Amino acid sequence: MTEPLLSVRGVETYYGRIPALKGVDIDVHEGEIVALIGANGAGKSTLMMTICGNPRAREGSITFDGQNITQLPTHEIAALKIAQSPEGRRIFARMTVLENLQMGSIVAPPEHFAADLERVLTLFPRLRERLEQRGGTLSGGEQQMLSIARALMSRPRLLLLDEPSLGLAPLVAKQIFDAIRDLNKSEGLTVFLVEQNAFHALKLAHRGYVMVNGLITLSGTGASLLARPEVKAAYLEGGRQQATP
Amino acid sequence: MPAEAPDRAPPSLVGRALKEALVTGFLAFALFLPLVGFVSVQSMTNTLLLEARWESLFSVVALIAIARFLYVLAGPWLERRRARAKPSAPASNLRKVFSKFFTPFALGFAVVYPIFVLAFTGINPGALKWIDNFGIQILIYVMLGWGLNIVVGLAGLLDLGYVAFYAVGAYSYALLSKEFGMSFWMLLPLSGILASFWGVLLGFPVLRLRGDYLAIVTLAFGEIIRLVLINWVSLTNGYAGISGIPRPTFFGIPFNASDEGFAAIFGLEFSPLYRTIFLYYLILALALFTAFITIRLRRMPVGRAWEALREDEIACRSLGINTTNTKLTAFAMGAMLAGFAGSFFSARQGFISPESFTFIESATILSIVVLGGMGSQIGVAIAAILLVGGTEIMRELDFLKQIFGNDFEPIRYRMLLFGAAMVLIMIWKPRGLISTREPSIFLEERKAIPADLLKEGRG
Repeated sequence: MTEPLLSVRGVETYYGRIPALKGVDIDVHEGEIVALIGANGAGKSTLMMTICGNPRAREGSITFDGQNITQLPTHEIAALKIAQSPEGRRIFARMTVLENLQMGSIVAPPEHFAADLERVLTLFPRLRERLEQRGGTLSGGEQQMLSIARALMSRPRLLLLDEPSLGLAPLVAKQIFDAIRDLNKSEGLTVFLVEQNAFHALKLAHRGYVMVNGLITLSGTGASLLARPEVKAAYLEGGRQQATP
Repeated sequence: MPAEAPDRAPPSLVGRALKEALVTGFLAFALFLPLVGFVSVQSMTNTLLLEARWESLFSVVALIAIARFLYVLAGPWLERRRARAKPSAPASNLRKVFSKFFTPFALGFAVVYPIFVLAFTGINPGALKWIDNFGIQILIYVMLGWGLNIVVGLAGLLDLGYVAFYAVGAYSYALLSKEFGMSFWMLLPLSGILASFWGVLLGFPVLRLRGDYLAIVTLAFGEIIRLVLINWVSLTNGYAGISGIPRPTFFGIPFNASDEGFAAIFGLEFSPLYRTIFLYYLILALALFTAFITIRLRRMPVGRAWEALREDEIACRSLGINTTNTKLTAFAMGAMLAGFAGSFFSARQGFISPESFTFIESATILSIVVLGGMGSQIGVAIAAILLVGGTEIMRELDFLKQIFGNDFEPIRYRMLLFGAAMVLIMIWKPRGLISTREPSIFLEERKAIPADLLKEGRG
């Protein structure tokens, strides 16, 4: 098997003296969609943030494309084309949509700006109508689209998505998941996403990991995880009703 | 449901107004009794005596009560007017025209202002007051406001010690020009560089701080600089300050009464006015330079990074912005502009002392930025005119003495009015006088002037 694009080995992260991650191993291969599911407080977002270097891993190593990025500052990790759509979207509320997208293209060569802009606007046509509008005046779904679009502006090799469906209507969440699937199919974009919405995430993902209390307890293909009784019991109570969309 | 009749008929408007006026008058009495009613005077034996000023107190209280009375009376009328004003949209058209022509008009006015004053007063020292106290004084604060605007308005770093950099600039000019005889034009950039060096020095330890914590540290920094200036007597001459600071020259020609002076060379009669006018245009140029680089920087990657930093630091980092460098450049840039202003200040005054660099200066500059609307250039300029020009105007209001008695000096109420003005503006316009933010890029422009945008790295 080829070397994984992102490989997390034995990572332990602490908030003060409280361990949040207790030795996590995760691989993300080029061209894959990998989903990480788990309950509230399992450490999913912490893992996402640790990959970006804030907070830093106290133990273990994170390797991206053969380079050890465990100790790199966040902005240098971003410069390696790891783009993140952080939890809570974190768009620049007082700047226009266009300016937000422009901020996303900081690590990309400037001559690509027009093409990249066209690409994300085709992907999220709603944003085209709102280009001159301030980010803070967008609806939640549009803000999520903007957050993902902004991350895409850097032409990432790896896209990290933290809860892209958080607080969205099912229809909007589906639009966003469809967009992720399209990107993966058409451009081979590698995606690592953290989700509460286990059913949709595992359907979308090639492979999945289940995290409990800072440890990975299960892993496998998306379909196989969906079929596991313990996953069903723990995470898909609400999902079963949606089983026939 | 059948309307239940009120137990009592509503009190008449005049009755209500009288009642409210009485309550307001009582509150004003309680509030102004210690503020206006008593004054402390030093007696011959150096003890403090308390003197009552009943006339002044009475005038103030009466004024407030009457104002409240009229306000309540006018209430229904105001309500009606507000209701009528709401649906009428065409007013915004007027506003558009106004905002389009306001900047060029204001600029033009700033340029012809000294000539305008001279036309009124003639070439005599009477014009000095208007050009110096109003023109130059206001423009110094406009420049400081625009400089601090970079740190507070754009980068969102609350800086309460901005005056420290102003002081560094002023003392740099004063000391270097006195000790080494360096010229103003050489020291102007040098003071800026020295001040920005201190900006970076302050920036390093406070990189991790934001908001309130940053404000406290910058406040302390401002005080440290001032205390050093007071206590390092061998260098700064302490409280006594530095006097006899060389004045700027007109490209080598001094402004004095000698044969080599400005007036003699240009065949004019000597007057201190020429230097004042020269200083006016100098600070105008410096202020416009500040505005210009702010506008330019906003469209460059570093300026956009400042604004993004103000919005969300974590998002900035995850997009690949080096937040350390971004903050340091904001501090350095703001400090450099304060350094320019400081060296101008000391060249204009000819005398500086730590008294000029107290916390109240920082507070004034910060209020100018906040009242003007953070990030808005025009708003900051208007706020500077209101706050600084307003206090200067107060010195001129001699007619108030006829109302409040001869010992009434309006300038004593500077802080009171200052505070009242702030409260009012914050109620009326919570985000500052001009709160709209101009986007730094537009979609249409891309087609119109692609070459310009290419330079800005937009493709």
